[in-house]
Amino acid sequence: MATKSRQLSIKQRGLTNFEAIMWIFTRLSALAIYGLILVGLIGALIMGAREQMNFADVMRWAFMPNVYHVQSTDVPDLDLWSNPFWKLTASALLLVATAHGVHGLVVIADDYIAGERGRKFVRFLSIIMMVSVGFMGLWIIWTA
Amino acid sequence: MGLKRDVSLSAGLRYKGPAGYLTYILHRIGGLGMGIFITVHILASYVGGGFGGLLNGIYQNWAFQIFIFFCVLFHAINGLRITILDLWPKLLDFQTEAIWIEWAVFIPLFSISVFIILNTAFGG
Repeated sequence: MATKSRQLSIKQRGLTNFEAIMWIFTRLSALAIYGLILVGLIGALIMGAREQMNFADVMRWAFMPNVYHVQSTDVPDLDLWSNPFWKLTASALLLVATAHGVHGLVVIADDYIAGERGRKFVRFLSIIMMVSVGFMGLWIIWTA
Repeated sequence: MGLKRDVSLSAGLRYKGPAGYLTYILHRIGGLGMGIFITVHILASYVGGGFGGLLNGIYQNWAFQIFIFFCVLFHAINGLRITILDLWPKLLDFQTEAIWIEWAVFIPLFSISVFIILNTAFGG
């Protein structure tokens, strides 16, 4: 090959099939997760990092801003922190991370399962996993 | 078609390529670790009760916290390198340097975190 294909821009390569779309989705969802965790981290710092929370509490809120995660802290009023803004942030983080993670598991499985039927089965399982984990997570976030 | 592979599972696991193999396998271990942990954690929280409490109790242990924070931090920093290099493919020429920068960021951050976790668990 004359041109270095790995150095072509995304536009030149084109997003023509499911794998290519998921390849770019994995990168973009990673960026989204960094942004959402940064929002959670800033929230935790405002919440009480100075006196009422330790490192683990700050991290738990950053990685999933759900009041169950900071129950054991000395933050005086947790009701303030279970408002729709944080529930929507938590839901967005949950759904983006679930899609990112389940597709990651499919990529790993594809490295070891080469048969066509095996791969179909892995995809079937992955859809069940994504729907059920997403449902359970949303249930926990919104009924807390 | 493209689905035929001549490499067995054990050969695949023992593969040692040039630069980047360590980050590749650690990225995979980190991703798997997080995926399994988060799935079980959500399941346990959803089920609740004694069984859920028992499972969620494991996560309070300092050894588990160090393990899962390794998974999260390495996956995040390595993922950032992959994302930057893949979205700006011209930078792929500097892949080895990028991996060195990655370790320079990861080692201090992880060391501080391990110190804080151990200090909270044993010190005061």
